[in-house]
Amino acid sequence: MDFSLLVIQTLNGLQLGLLLFLVASGLTLVFGILDFVNLAHGSLYMLGAFFCATLTYAFGNFLLAVIVSLPIVAILGLVLERVLARPLYMRDHLDHVLGTFGAILVIDTLVHLIWGPEGIQVPLPDWLQGQVPLGGDVIVPTFRLLIIGSGLGAAGLLFWLVNYTRLGMLIRTGASNRTMVSALGINIEMLFALVFALGAALAGLAGMLIAPITEAAIGMGNNIIITAFVVIIVGGIGSMKGAFIAALMIGLIDTLGRSFLDDIFKLAMSTEAAETSAPAVSAMLIYIIMAAVLAVRPQGLFPPKVR
Amino acid sequence: MKRIASLALAATMLTAPAHAEAVKIGFVTTLTTGAAVIGKEMENAVNLAMEHLGGMAGDTKLEVIFADDQFAPDVGKQVTDKLVKQDDVDFVTGFIWSHVLLASRKSALDGGKFLISANAGPSQIAGKLCDKNFFSTSWQNDQTPMAMGEVLNQQGVKSLYIMAPNYAAGKNMVAGVERTFKGEVKGKDLTKWGADAQLDFSAELAKAKASGADGLFVFYPGAAGGAFIKQYHQAGLKDVIPLYTVFTVDGLSIPRLQAADFESVLGSRSTGHWDPSLDNAANQKFVADFKAQFGTYPSNYAAQSYDAIMLIASAVKATGGDMSDMDAVRAALMAADYDSVRGDYTYGSNHFPVQDFYLREVVADADGTWTTKVVATVFEDHVDSYASECKLD
Repeated sequence: MDFSLLVIQTLNGLQLGLLLFLVASGLTLVFGILDFVNLAHGSLYMLGAFFCATLTYAFGNFLLAVIVSLPIVAILGLVLERVLARPLYMRDHLDHVLGTFGAILVIDTLVHLIWGPEGIQVPLPDWLQGQVPLGGDVIVPTFRLLIIGSGLGAAGLLFWLVNYTRLGMLIRTGASNRTMVSALGINIEMLFALVFALGAALAGLAGMLIAPITEAAIGMGNNIIITAFVVIIVGGIGSMKGAFIAALMIGLIDTLGRSFLDDIFKLAMSTEAAETSAPAVSAMLIYIIMAAVLAVRPQGLFPPKVR
Repeated sequence: MKRIASLALAATMLTAPAHAEAVKIGFVTTLTTGAAVIGKEMENAVNLAMEHLGGMAGDTKLEVIFADDQFAPDVGKQVTDKLVKQDDVDFVTGFIWSHVLLASRKSALDGGKFLISANAGPSQIAGKLCDKNFFSTSWQNDQTPMAMGEVLNQQGVKSLYIMAPNYAAGKNMVAGVERTFKGEVKGKDLTKWGADAQLDFSAELAKAKASGADGLFVFYPGAAGGAFIKQYHQAGLKDVIPLYTVFTVDGLSIPRLQAADFESVLGSRSTGHWDPSLDNAANQKFVADFKAQFGTYPSNYAAQSYDAIMLIASAVKATGGDMSDMDAVRAALMAADYDSVRGDYTYGSNHFPVQDFYLREVVADADGTWTTKVVATVFEDHVDSYASECKLD
């Protein structure tokens, strides 16, 4: 196994992990603080991609489209919170699942009606199309570096927001003991709405960043939402730090598994058997990790402190 | 007065045809998920075929019922069951996906219906699982990549890296190219497929590059194709490891790559049994009318679906709409006596077409619209590799 390939695959894993973090952070906030299971979180990821795609064609500029799409998706998050989530807060989790699953179907169909069944390709400006040499054989597409950069940036911003601002303090206390927060006279409805919108914007950003690599497509959110749930379960529900570490871990395990598992299997079995079993096992790998975590530490690796 | 007139008209319409019984065609395709792009294209082509036929095969009325397989084998089987038992169709056709066709085939065939694949051509159905009531208007999965393997040999490619989705057709495509390609296969990746398919190929592309192979062979149908091409170019691999594709750079992905201004796809080569540039009257009419109605060049999915309806219509017409005599209908299907958009072809012993395969290149047409054109003929009257395993009667 050569070293530069390992470096490239690690960067690829990092990129996937950061995208997962953007989706999972919103999910863990909403689940942890609002105690609300939001399956439709992936739909916001998809909507981010579609708005960004349309605006990229309208403005002729990808970055401008991202900047304009972010508040749009946040507002859509607010609408979703007001219309769907708020009436369901007091119900149990099964009702949340049913309600938000319905929302997925409705939003998928709306997108189908508005944008048609075919996905939209998102063109990138020339300066993002190229590659950056990072020494030796390590050459990485510029846009993937941008994803890593903005993922880390968003993570940093979120870290600052949660740990060093008043809003962040409320969010943290909300995650630990929300009865106490409302007892202290904090407008909990407003806080919930803000958290929901923040989560929506983060998921939307992830969708905008992935769209130029794959495309804006119906159902794209349903793929990532499952993995995002794996991330928050492994990391500990409600924990931002847990979501970050688990997302990077899952991203790296998934990418490195896809890259090197067949070579590792070839040491132990025939080439043919390795080639058939490696893709199957690497697709299962993250779920195996989740099962192991659930068995050993059901509360997740970094659960928030709850009294 | 007007109402009476229309009532009278309706009454005559109800009584007029001697063969009042319509022949029903169930069309199973993907109308939801990202793969709906393909399903929509097939639906358009079927509607165009019905329009060209005037909804009639001879004196018999044709009726098409569409069903959505949701890109999942279990759902495909369910909707096939519904078409067979509830709608009591005479033909079940469509089927983009090999795994969906494999799951649904028993429902259609045991139900005493004709099963006509308009796309999927899994090796099993060409070989051991072949059936007298199954026909294909496409190809056996291995054939198109076999033609590509031959092209690679001719171009002096010595080593190859292979990528395909991990499902029935993906495995057939890999087997096909490996059968004819004489050089060394340096590595192979089968990626996750289905409604939650893997669409980010960063890890696999890095491996392909590191393998130092002379060429990269891929099969990524539908939306995954566009995603793959973009990432391949974003990774700067165009001059490092040249790309050879089947069913990836096609009538579906090309317009969208053009919309995103992806010029490097021009000149890209793939193999296929059909092309919009094929010079026969049926094809010219099909391509011109498809473009006029839907604004893009048709893809091979459209061509095969159009042919499926035309083949069925030819058989219904030949038997005068009498579906009770299955032997006669089968003989009429076997004759393939219709103007296929690929040109004339015959059916082999396993009911897969014996047909030519072409090498095609992406070019800009006179209006600047990107499309493909035929560069060379790779195989003539090609018989698939599983026909000998099929024992009919």
